[in-house]
Amino acid sequence: MTIDLEKITQEFLSSRKNITKRVIVCAGTGCVANGSLKVFESLMRAANELGIEAHIELKEENKGAFLSKSGCQGFCQNGPLVNILPAGILYTKVKIDDAKEILEKSVKNDELIGRLCYHNGDEVCKGQEEIPFYQKQYRMVLKQCGIIDPENIREYIAGGGYMAAKKACTEMTDKEVCDLVLESGLRGRGGAGFLTGKKWDITRKQEGSKKYMICNGDEGDPGAFMDRSVMEGNPHSVIEGLIIAAKATGPDEGYIYVRTEYGLAVERMNKAVKAATEIGVLGDNIFGSNHNFKLHVMEGAGAFVCGEETALIASIEGKRGMPSPKPPFPSQSGLWGNPTTINNVETLATVPIIINYGAQNFRKIGTENSPGTKTFALTGNVANTGLIEVPLGTTLKHIIFDIAGGVADDKGEVKEDNFKAVQIGGPSGGCLTKEHLDLPLEFESLKKVGAMVGSGGLVVMSKNNCMVNVSKFFMQFTQNESCGKCVLCREGTKQMLLMLTDITTGKANEGTLTLLEQLAKAVMAESLCGLGKTAPNPVLSTLRYFRDEYNAHVKDKKCPAGECVNLLSYTITDKCIGCGLCATKCPVKAISGDKGKKHIIDGSKCVKCGVCMASCKFGAVARG
Amino acid sequence: MGKHLTINGKKVEFTDERNLLEVIRKENIELPTFCYHSELSIHGACRLCMVEVAVKGIMSACSTPPEPDMDIKTNTEHLIEMRKITIELLLASHDRECTMCAKSESCKLQYLARRLGIEEVRFKSIPRKEPKDISTYALVRDNGKCVLCGDCVRFCDEIQSIGALGFVGRGSQSKICPAFERDLESSECVYCGQCSRVCPTGAILPKPEFREVWKALSDEKKKVIIAIAPAVRAALGEVFGITEENGTELAGKIVTALRSMGFVKVFDISFTADMTIVEEANEFLGRLEKDDDMPMFTSCCPAWVRFVEQYYPDFIKNLSTCRSPQGMYGSIARRIMPEVLGIPKEELVVVSVMPCTAKKYEARRTELAKDSVIDIDYVITTQELALMIEEAGLRFADLEASAFDMPLGFKTGGGIIFGTSGGVTEAVLRNVMNTNGDEAEEFNFVRGENGVREAKLKVGSKELKLAIVHGLKNARKVLRDIRADKKRYDFVEVMACPGGCVGGAGQPVYSDLAVRKRRSKVLYENDKIMELHKPQDNPYVQKMYKDYLEKSGSKKAHEYLHTSYKYRKRFKETLEISKSSLDKVVNVEVCVGRNCLKKGSKEILKRVADGNNFKNAVNVQALICLERCSKGPTVKINGETFEHCTPDSVEDRVKEELKK
Repeated sequence: MTIDLEKITQEFLSSRKNITKRVIVCAGTGCVANGSLKVFESLMRAANELGIEAHIELKEENKGAFLSKSGCQGFCQNGPLVNILPAGILYTKVKIDDAKEILEKSVKNDELIGRLCYHNGDEVCKGQEEIPFYQKQYRMVLKQCGIIDPENIREYIAGGGYMAAKKACTEMTDKEVCDLVLESGLRGRGGAGFLTGKKWDITRKQEGSKKYMICNGDEGDPGAFMDRSVMEGNPHSVIEGLIIAAKATGPDEGYIYVRTEYGLAVERMNKAVKAATEIGVLGDNIFGSNHNFKLHVMEGAGAFVCGEETALIASIEGKRGMPSPKPPFPSQSGLWGNPTTINNVETLATVPIIINYGAQNFRKIGTENSPGTKTFALTGNVANTGLIEVPLGTTLKHIIFDIAGGVADDKGEVKEDNFKAVQIGGPSGGCLTKEHLDLPLEFESLKKVGAMVGSGGLVVMSKNNCMVNVSKFFMQFTQNESCGKCVLCREGTKQMLLMLTDITTGKANEGTLTLLEQLAKAVMAESLCGLGKTAPNPVLSTLRYFRDEYNAHVKDKKCPAGECVNLLSYTITDKCIGCGLCATKCPVKAISGDKGKKHIIDGSKCVKCGVCMASCKFGAVARG
Repeated sequence: MGKHLTINGKKVEFTDERNLLEVIRKENIELPTFCYHSELSIHGACRLCMVEVAVKGIMSACSTPPEPDMDIKTNTEHLIEMRKITIELLLASHDRECTMCAKSESCKLQYLARRLGIEEVRFKSIPRKEPKDISTYALVRDNGKCVLCGDCVRFCDEIQSIGALGFVGRGSQSKICPAFERDLESSECVYCGQCSRVCPTGAILPKPEFREVWKALSDEKKKVIIAIAPAVRAALGEVFGITEENGTELAGKIVTALRSMGFVKVFDISFTADMTIVEEANEFLGRLEKDDDMPMFTSCCPAWVRFVEQYYPDFIKNLSTCRSPQGMYGSIARRIMPEVLGIPKEELVVVSVMPCTAKKYEARRTELAKDSVIDIDYVITTQELALMIEEAGLRFADLEASAFDMPLGFKTGGGIIFGTSGGVTEAVLRNVMNTNGDEAEEFNFVRGENGVREAKLKVGSKELKLAIVHGLKNARKVLRDIRADKKRYDFVEVMACPGGCVGGAGQPVYSDLAVRKRRSKVLYENDKIMELHKPQDNPYVQKMYKDYLEKSGSKKAHEYLHTSYKYRKRFKETLEISKSSLDKVVNVEVCVGRNCLKKGSKEILKRVADGNNFKNAVNVQALICLERCSKGPTVKINGETFEHCTPDSVEDRVKEELKK
């Protein structure tokens, strides 16, 4: 089927020629959780009441304002977000009651409502261009995520969408596509950073008429939501990447494997595949070429290990999601024994950009060995959590202090010396410390210091976080998610978790640390798949950079950060005036003393809940 | 020029080895493994065969193909330490009551712990605790002993095409069990027990019955008789370090041992094997002549019979109706022997020694019981016999041989070779060909190791087509080919276990295929030195017919020596939706299996369950599954099954029924 992208673009543009204003409500997961869909409805209702012409459908006869929902805009901490174009206004933390005011002031007229804007200190920021969070990023893959309507393929096409796929299908040979991507230096964004062009070329060279293309959307790291945002915010960019990859490697069929917990991503990918098939960018003889390609959306059943490619393939085949040894690699023998290429969502979404702008232009961004940009999900103790995109090679300092606005302590205050560490790459990654703040984030440099880009989760820890506890948290995750196939991962993660639990509860000795390190290295060296091989990373990197903290737990039975409840003790100092408030509040009646005299805590009764400390008005309770 | 690689500094040639492990083992380096079996797919889970490959790093030898100029090290300090950690990790979660484990002597985990010099387990011991699964007659499963190597899962799936076992759960909570965590009896298990054979530990074991046998032996009011299967004599010696060429001496020692334990008579199943041939050959010739229910399938392997009953009800008629040799022994021992031996019926206890776990199940088939009395009281395995000999304190190797008791102790070579794949066919041919005047005694073309062997030969004017099959996956393929008319046979021999009975799960555990081949050879050598080779020449068999059974195929013979089969549904769950209190009701069963549900059986269920539609005169049941998945939704109305149903069609039909 030949499809006329030009014509669709013209039709789309003419359908919005009478539209004067655009109101975009973020419908990313964070904003939806904060009630953005209700904000959307209230905007519609208010428009009706106020008699402001507003539409949710683009038709030529419609004029006035156009209201739409977008995918994640990234500034999640400040949602629900409402954008008003062309003025470029971004309102944050919008509530239902704000709808009327927004419509009257900013849609009908061009007035700015100061109180709804993001404030950088005292400075009022009008929109993305003035907000440091956005200013300091380089949004390429996410560029359209917060703007276009993810459920409208025509809008994607009107923005230049599917031009790259058309070019690849009609003007390039499979080898040329592989070469171009190889030349661009694009590396897999799923974790290991293998050269995408090289991966494609291996599948391309495989004999056999049946091949498969798979998009890995089984993003499962705790705190990571990059792929989710791309699939929810710009699903067609992923499909376009898949079409190009299929052209380059030879399959006529592909799967988009999305974890089932991503309900919205599943829904949007399904709608996008349907729309793409109907309009003719998927199907037989795409763009009039002899290239056929159809896509299926497959939901994962909730196993983290299915993000591992061989386990993912087993899952699509209907088997239990367990990895199998490599070789053979999927590019040689993958889905149902056929050559199969598996790429991550973000990798695929980057591909059309490379085709459109050329390999050399792509290489201008990022570093020599890690060109391009990378999205990161920023979570933990930072002022602004959210989804960001920066060129590879950006320093941690830039991300945490310039974009995320610094590190907050347990009371939410941002201070210069709050920063303690960053866990990068989720449960498979490692931690980075103050000494790495100027380290450029790229594949090689991170590997050298025992961490990895991984899928791109960035969890920021403040001085109030105990690093032993952090590694215990991740170990709990991997031991739950291990598939149970190979001995080292199944039993090793269990034993590591037991040891970490012992350490955080004061039951460990120095021998525990030696054994823990030894076991961690064994699990890393000999596990069957990537899950097991990388599971010890959090342990090993915290042992490397925070050995003192481990020693404090083991030797002194103290938790310096004050997180490990079992190692805490509360005492009442001489500041106590004997008001008795703590004794009243104590849930286990562990505090006693005469009125007006210094009270004492009975350590054998104390459950270390900290209520006394929180309730004391004189700062007389000390924690040690 | 051959291809070379280096192992521990030594240059080694390799050719078509599939993986490094094969190359390394060829060099007499026994890299430890749990999950590697040459017959099964590569699993890569035990991580014990790790080696260091220069440049590439640490790799698992089982899953890495050899490449020229690889530089491999198998025993670096690092690797040795890693192996120790792996075994220690397994031991930490293992139920370490090892002295009480039946697998103790052949346990691979114990062996490796010893070999790798494990002196302590540095990790916390958190043994898995779970009740044992004792639901079947054949096997006992104990997850506390499981190392999750998956050998049982793969064998059941890849060699037997059953898939009764699988993995459930994640991480340290993962375990192996039948679907929906049911017990084995509710699974699709056909009791071949090969899972227990490949299990490196005591997680799956044949279910022991020898305690009950000891009890019967010490009961003064009981007279216990016993018979041993042909394949037993080919393998028992392995336990006592005796390798004998033909097994006769060994069989004699077994007889001595059993007598000293107190068995009043020691018989040989080979005798009833001879009878089976006479009866089965007669049945075959009859079918051949009438061209009725051809091809005929052998029926001496109970796992195979169960397999047909479970999956191929349309082929049940093709199974020979002859009882297996054990079945014939049972009926003769129970019903004829009391008179012959002068033992009161109520005092008689009948025991058999089998190389097989499925025989334990077979003995309890209701089709083999008369007036609810089971013929055989206890079935013990070769392994159990070895244990009994050890428990009795007998120096087995030094025992004198003695002769079997008559009449059920005399056999021909035809009865002996029953114990190996191809043996039944050969024995049948010795009978059939003789009937037709041909004197050939050895039919080498039916012997061998291939999973499916075909042979053609002329009998009179007819050309017979034979197939000899072992392994149930092979059997499944043959059945499919026959069904699809791709193949045509007259006679098909099937043994569920690879190699036939010599490779049975009741035999001493083996992992080297050479062991199985040696056992087959013992039986063929035994056959050679027998006086008689054709089952029909057995004078005691002839006498048995004359005295009690008239002639082969007679009514009497049918009563004693034949049996029947039935369709045994694999899986059936029913759920009562509504029950009518009226007298005149229509029974409606709606299939809610996956396929039917997808095609709309839920709507049908809603329609019939709505009391108003039929004035409460229907009993409604939802069930999984009527097994007509491609023709769903399937609904059974008053016993009759309807395909491609819709709510309307079912409503119409129910109304018709109500009018009747």
